Order: sequence, then structure tokens, then C-alpha cells
Amino acid sequence: MLRDITIGQYYQTKSVIHELDPRVKIVATLAFIIFLFMVNNLTGYAVAAAYLATIIYLSHVPPTFIFRGMKAIFMLLMITFLFNLFLTPGETLVSFWIFTITKEGLILAGKMAVRLTFLITGSSVLTLTTTPNQLTDGLEVLLNPLKKLKVPVHEIAMMMAIALRFIPILMEETDKIMKAQMARGADFETGGMIKKAKSLVPILVPLFISAFRRANDLAMAMEARCYHGGDGRTRMKPLVYKRKDFVAYLVLVVFMVTMIVCGRAGFLI
Amino acid sequence: MRFCNKIADSLKVIIRKKNYMITKHKDNPDNMNNNSSHMIHTENVRFQYVKHDEDGNPVGTVTAVDGVDMTINRGEFIAILGHNGSGKSTLAKHFNALLYPSEGAVFVDGMDTTDDDKVWDIRQKAGMVFQNPDNQIIGQIVEEDVGFGPENMGVPTDEIWERVNESLKTVGMYEYRKASPNHLSGGQKQRVSIAGVIAMHPECIIMDEPTAMLDPSGRKEVIRAARALNDVEGITVILITHYMEEVVHADRIFVMDKGRVVMSGTPREVFSQVDKLQELRLDVPQVTLLADSLRKKGLDIPAGILTREELISALADLKHKQDSDRQ
Repeated sequence: MLRDITIGQYYQTKSVIHELDPRVKIVATLAFIIFLFMVNNLTGYAVAAAYLATIIYLSHVPPTFIFRGMKAIFMLLMITFLFNLFLTPGETLVSFWIFTITKEGLILAGKMAVRLTFLITGSSVLTLTTTPNQLTDGLEVLLNPLKKLKVPVHEIAMMMAIALRFIPILMEETDKIMKAQMARGADFETGGMIKKAKSLVPILVPLFISAFRRANDLAMAMEARCYHGGDGRTRMKPLVYKRKDFVAYLVLVVFMVTMIVCGRAGFLI
Repeated sequence: MRFCNKIADSLKVIIRKKNYMITKHKDNPDNMNNNSSHMIHTENVRFQYVKHDEDGNPVGTVTAVDGVDMTINRGEFIAILGHNGSGKSTLAKHFNALLYPSEGAVFVDGMDTTDDDKVWDIRQKAGMVFQNPDNQIIGQIVEEDVGFGPENMGVPTDEIWERVNESLKTVGMYEYRKASPNHLSGGQKQRVSIAGVIAMHPECIIMDEPTAMLDPSGRKEVIRAARALNDVEGITVILITHYMEEVVHADRIFVMDKGRVVMSGTPREVFSQVDKLQELRLDVPQVTLLADSLRKKGLDIPAGILTREELISALADLKHKQDSDRQ
């Protein structure tokens, strides 16, 4: 189950999108999401779909790989769809028992489903083509202006990087603890929701303790290597914009303009 | 609950560290520059912390390090031995200002470790490798982790790359520079950690039980890397361990028990006192133990045999002597 989620994973291959500066990709993803919720008509969605399809094609990530990740959040999509479908007031189309489907509900549900699908696909393209490190580096630089407002930008980026580094280690540890508890007769498989949740306690407690211990060790190791926050720190891999990054920004501007035009023109629904 | 206490303890150490800054002794300014030939010099170091019971009430103080005087010269390979709880790791953490002495003083390259302004110089001069390889690797890629130290020191980008490549080559991990640390073996991870310290161009490396969590082949890798650093680069190495086989090549050994240095000298001097080592619950290398037993049975073998080859040649000599006596 956990393995099926491709959101947040990095797909290693060579492509133009992979080589772009992480800042470009973050800005583009954000702009894409914002425009997705601003645009309200079919043409806009068609443009967004075309834009997304082109990027996926350029990224050399197999579309099946992206959509396999969608399966895991299919339930979430369905729930949003059904809620919108049944709970929106308006002109009744079909009505049975306590449920009524309205015209507005159908349109809203459809729109939300399309938006969510695009949103998740768009953001997973970002993580699939950007290493976690580039991502945190990019975020740190982009959020740098917030430092003036006393937002601990460097610290947040560092925490994200460390969290990402420790995910596989803690996963392995969970597995180890689970096996150790199973060897002592623990049962994680049978029983209802509550029983299953309760059986997780003997896993979580040792996991938390070891996570704290690791955090303590890591803090000491970082201090021993002269870590003292972001002040006076240099970068091994500084972010530098190249020509293709400017081209990418240009493409993004074209996309935004098209979206605005579509929003104004308001064809169809 | 006990764990919470531990966290509280470490917090208290930090607080005490801050308090100590104010009350740090300034009685002997001569010490500041006089011992520059000494890499590390300690004067009657004592370290105490407050122990808590299950509910977090203090139940008394524990003296982890109890009056240690130690002088380590430049370029030496030093081993500090002792069983668990002998205070060896606590002492090691004093060498790069991660802990501060409750009493006494520690000087690294003539700098007092309680001097707030010198703390980063000290940590750059005396690098530290810890026990658990997973808990000291910060980067997601080997080369990024090695670059972490130089990044913190504010080294320019080009030089960081030079240092990273050079130190990865020193420990023989250059071909893994793009790999994720999660895919490396324990010994390889420890070598990456060592490279991360070398990249800071230290004069001294303190290794706090670097092999405790490794398999025998990983242990050999790490010890080989440590010896190469000492022989080729001339870096002072302080190896803290409880594996006796790892220390036979050291220049000097300190044996610790209950926070005190109870034995010191060359490996031969220390290992010739097998009974005393066993009293201290330390495992003497098998060859040394065998040679000692044979000697006690009346065979004429020199004390303090360290390697198999030495024992073989000692026994061969003995046979020659007997043969010539017979004739």
C-alpha cells in the first residue's frame, strides 16, 4: 500500500525537466495550481491538460508511473466527488430515497474531480523530476525574503531535508520493530479497526523513542561538524539560473496569459 | 518516562554549559599558548551530571569522568580503552567541546574548550566520528554529506568540491560519491563519516567507538582507514573502543575505569599486564592471552605478545634454544 504512492518520489532519468532549476519548477507548479482554481471553463481545463501533458512528455517519466500513484488517492477523489454531487443545492436532475443529484452538483463535482486530478498530477511531476535536496534548496532560496520577517527559512529547509533523509531509515526500523513484536506473538492482521489501531501502540512507542535518540545523536554530530545555523554558510551546490531556466519562465508566462484569456473569454460552461 | 529524563538531562547539560561560561576559570592564562606541541591536553578533568529517578526527581550526581590528566602529542595514534560506562566516550566529547568539564580544563591545540569564541576553531581542529553511522550522515548523497562540514565553515564552493573529492579518495569511497548513504554497508557509511571529518581539514580525529555497530569486515575497513590517516596524512587519531585487536598498532594506550585512567603506555606495556586487564573486564586478544598462559606455565616467552607472528617467532626461538641446549 505504502509502496504504491508515487507522490513525493523521485524518478531518476535524464530530461529537460529534470535539469531545470528547482526554483523554476516550484514557481511553475504553484502558478499551475493557482490558475487551476481560477479558471472555470472547459477551454481552460483543456489548455491546462495540454500544458501538463507536454510537461509529462518532456519529463520522460512514464505516464503509467504517474497514474499508478493516483490509485492510492482514488478514494479521496471519489469521496470529494460524491460529497459535491449529493450535497450541492440546485435544480434537481435525479432523486431517489434521500439522495438528490442536482445539475449544479454534477457540474461542481466534475470540476472538482478534474481540478484535483490535475493538481495531484502537477505536483507529483514536480517531485518526480526534482531530488528532495534540490527541492529544499529551491524552497530555501525562494522563501529567503521571509527571513526579514524573522521566519526561520534556513531551519525549515534543513528540517525538511533531514526528515526526508530519515524516512527510509525509520521505515526500516518500523519493519524491524514489527518483526520483533510478531516474533513475540503480536498480531497486526486480525480484528476490527480499533483492535488494529491498538496493536500499533507497541510499534509506535519504540519507534518514537528511537527517533528521539537518533535526533539527539544527529544534533551532536551536526554540532561536531561546526553546524551553527545558516549564517556564514556556503553552498556546495549553489543554485544558478541557466538559459533553459529563462526559457521555462517564458513558457510559464505564455501559459498564464492563455489561462487568463480563457478565463475572461468564458466559452461553454 | 526514563527517556524523558534523559532528554531533560541533555538539556541540563546545555544549560550548565551556558552557566559554566560565566564561571569558567581564568586562573592560569599561561596555559593558553604554552602547549602548542600538544594536540590535546587535559588537566584534572572531572565531569558530573545529575541522575534522576523514574519521576524525574534528582537522586544524586554521577561522576562520569573523575580527574583525568592526559597529554596527546601531534601525530600520535592514541587508543582509549574501557568497558561500557568507564567514561571514555564522555571524555572524548570533551575533546571537541561537545561537553565541558565540571572541574579542570581541556586544551585543544592550546585553546581552552570553554572559550566561547574558539568553539568552532576547536571543532574544526578536532573532528569527531560517532558510533552509529546512520545518525551522523546528514546528506542524501555521499558527496553532499562530505561537503556538509566545509559548507558550515564557509569554504568557497570550488574549494568544497576539491576537499570533498580529495577526502573521498583518501577513504576509498570516491566511486560511491553519487550514491545514497542508505544503500551503503556499515563500514562504507563509517568511511563516509570519516571523509566528512577529513574534508574539514582537522589536525586530530576523535573516533568514538566507530566500529561498535559494524561486522568484522566493516571493522577492518574503518581501522585501516584510521591507520592510513595517521600514517599518510599525519593526522592525530584518538580511537575509543573496547575491541582490543584494534589497538595493537596504537602508539599509546590509555585504559579507563570508573572515570579514571588506570593504565597507560605502549600496547606492549599495557598488554603485558594480562591479569590487571581481565580484572578491568577487558577482553585481551587471544594471542596475548595464550602467550601469557604459556609464560605462567614456565615457558620462556617475553611478556606483552601482541600478534600471532610474534608468538610464532617467540616459540621458534624457544625451540632453537632447547635444541642447542641439548647438543
